[in-house]
Amino acid sequence: MPQVSFEHIVKRFGGVTVLDGLDLAVEDGDFLVLLGPSGCGKTTLLNLLAGLLDVTSGRIMIGDRDVTELDPKDRGLAMVFQSYALYPTKTVEGNLRFGLSARKLPKSEADARVQWASDLLQLTPLMRRKPSELSGGQRQRVAIGRALVKHADVLLFDEPLSNLDAKLRTEMRLEIKKLHDTLKPTVVYVTHDQIEAMTMATKIAIMNGGEIQQFGTPDEVYENPQNLFVAGFIGSPAMNLTDGRFAVHDGAPNAVFPDGTRIDLSAYPFKSSPKDGDAIAVGMRPEHFELDAPGALPGHTAFDLRVRMVERTGSDALISLDFADDQLFVRAEPDRAAKTRAGETVPVHYPTAKLNLFDAREGRRL
Amino acid sequence: MTDATVMYPRKPKRIKGRSIAIIVFLTMAAMFFCVPLYVLIVTSFKEMDQIREGAMFSLPTTWTLEAWHFAWFEACSGLSCSGLKTGFWNSVVILIPSLIASIALSMVTGYALALWDVKWAGPFLFILFLCAFVPFQIIMYPLIRLTVTMGIYGSITAIAFVHTVLAMPVLTLIFRNFYKDIPPELIKAAIMDSGSFWRIFVEIILPMSGNILIVVLILQITSIWNDYLIGVTFGGLGTKPMTVHLANMVTVSTGTVSYNVNMAAALLTAIPPLVIYFVLGKFFVQGIAAGAIKG
Repeated sequence: MPQVSFEHIVKRFGGVTVLDGLDLAVEDGDFLVLLGPSGCGKTTLLNLLAGLLDVTSGRIMIGDRDVTELDPKDRGLAMVFQSYALYPTKTVEGNLRFGLSARKLPKSEADARVQWASDLLQLTPLMRRKPSELSGGQRQRVAIGRALVKHADVLLFDEPLSNLDAKLRTEMRLEIKKLHDTLKPTVVYVTHDQIEAMTMATKIAIMNGGEIQQFGTPDEVYENPQNLFVAGFIGSPAMNLTDGRFAVHDGAPNAVFPDGTRIDLSAYPFKSSPKDGDAIAVGMRPEHFELDAPGALPGHTAFDLRVRMVERTGSDALISLDFADDQLFVRAEPDRAAKTRAGETVPVHYPTAKLNLFDAREGRRL
Repeated sequence: MTDATVMYPRKPKRIKGRSIAIIVFLTMAAMFFCVPLYVLIVTSFKEMDQIREGAMFSLPTTWTLEAWHFAWFEACSGLSCSGLKTGFWNSVVILIPSLIASIALSMVTGYALALWDVKWAGPFLFILFLCAFVPFQIIMYPLIRLTVTMGIYGSITAIAFVHTVLAMPVLTLIFRNFYKDIPPELIKAAIMDSGSFWRIFVEIILPMSGNILIVVLILQITSIWNDYLIGVTFGGLGTKPMTVHLANMVTVSTGTVSYNVNMAAALLTAIPPLVIYFVLGKFFVQGIAAGAIKG
């Protein structure tokens, strides 16, 4: 049984429709990340689940309870906010206890939970301090602790890491991941950071324009983007997307680019068959390219391409190559990139089965 | 010389022309208040004989507290000659309930308007805003009729009631604007944690209100204590505040004018708001909300 389900959710603000008939279900123990650019409706969806906004129409279920009309505190949720939202005049302990005292728990139970959370998150030495006396990472841990002590069925996170610096963000990412592995709560996590989504999620829902573009595991979303938006959004460096045409040549399907370059698509697992002459977009991941393969590789398409530029980031390098009046970014080992000069021609191979083909007009995967 | 020093020349410090003019102007402005105050203070310590000689600015030849004692215990206001102390205690009894009622009501109203979803909050705020600019004199007569109908006209309750009603619009706007600056995520967190209007107010919002509370306290104490019109209009015999007693004392039309007693009485009336100012001023604390969000 799904732990959280959204059933045909519509949300309008005045005349603006933010969500238009959205359906989504989260299984028990899942770590769902709502991922998308700013303004895609992901935070609205989270606030609807939390009860901080009211749905225009539709139904929200948690377990087998219809919570659409319930007050936020009765929904069995706990939330961690982007700005932490700690109560400034309360100590760390006071912050943890506030949510419990409202629930009228016996004192021994409340004490035990606060103790448990402070041990788990290493807050014990900080219990007497005020939020203003804590560092950003400590405040974030208190905010998580405040959510955990409630033993809620579902934990909500609203971009909790975006106020932290890069190093702390990596640490907290691991900590949240570890917490989820130990406690196995159902989590709904909103972010625009795809690294957070890829590392922590068990399921990702990619949103754009108030619609769910794709819902699946991080690997599915990455390896099998269902449309052009997802293909362009997921992956850093981004997938190379080149416009071309679909053509049948001697009975074999081909992708033909404006400059005449062609790729034999016989080994591509088509979901649907395009017509001869259809406009398509061909997606190639920078890390799937094979540089310097000796001779022809089976199942690969081979190109000889001129190097435009080499970018080295330390642990990695990107080589940009001229391709079909456009450019391709190819990931390379730093050593290999060091030997590459702009202007020379390098042989590259791409596995045909790992191509991503999209209908250029409708954007859906072929 | 490098480019940098050319581009950013240090401004030389000058205490000339403009600043001298400003200092002279400020000194004159200060004199406007200080000179009468000086006369007020020295006269209150003089004996009548010395005052009759003229020489307003001279120091008392013999310092005496007689005038102060007389003003407090014996001076006549109208028919009763029990000094200012009656008026003082009346003022205190008026001050306390109007202070508590006006601040408590406007605080909760401001909190509700700022942080909760209130139906018609916009129009309500607009009306409050308008009310804040209606002069008291315009609604004085209806208010008299109202308090008569309520059966409280002429009592201390009436004065406190009118003070509370008149302070509500401005105070509500002040509190509402203060609470509007509380980060919205804080109230969202509190709603998810507790959801109770009163619990959130008492446990989260009230402790954050120190700053604004001090400001409003000073504002209210000063305005209620210094009020004359409401006191003289709504107070009955024996329920008039200190300011009304003071006015009655100094406007006697028979006998000689006891300048020293009048000055002492004026000073006595002015002391309480001054004390409040000095005591509460110390508690103007900055950064009550620090640490609520990353800062």
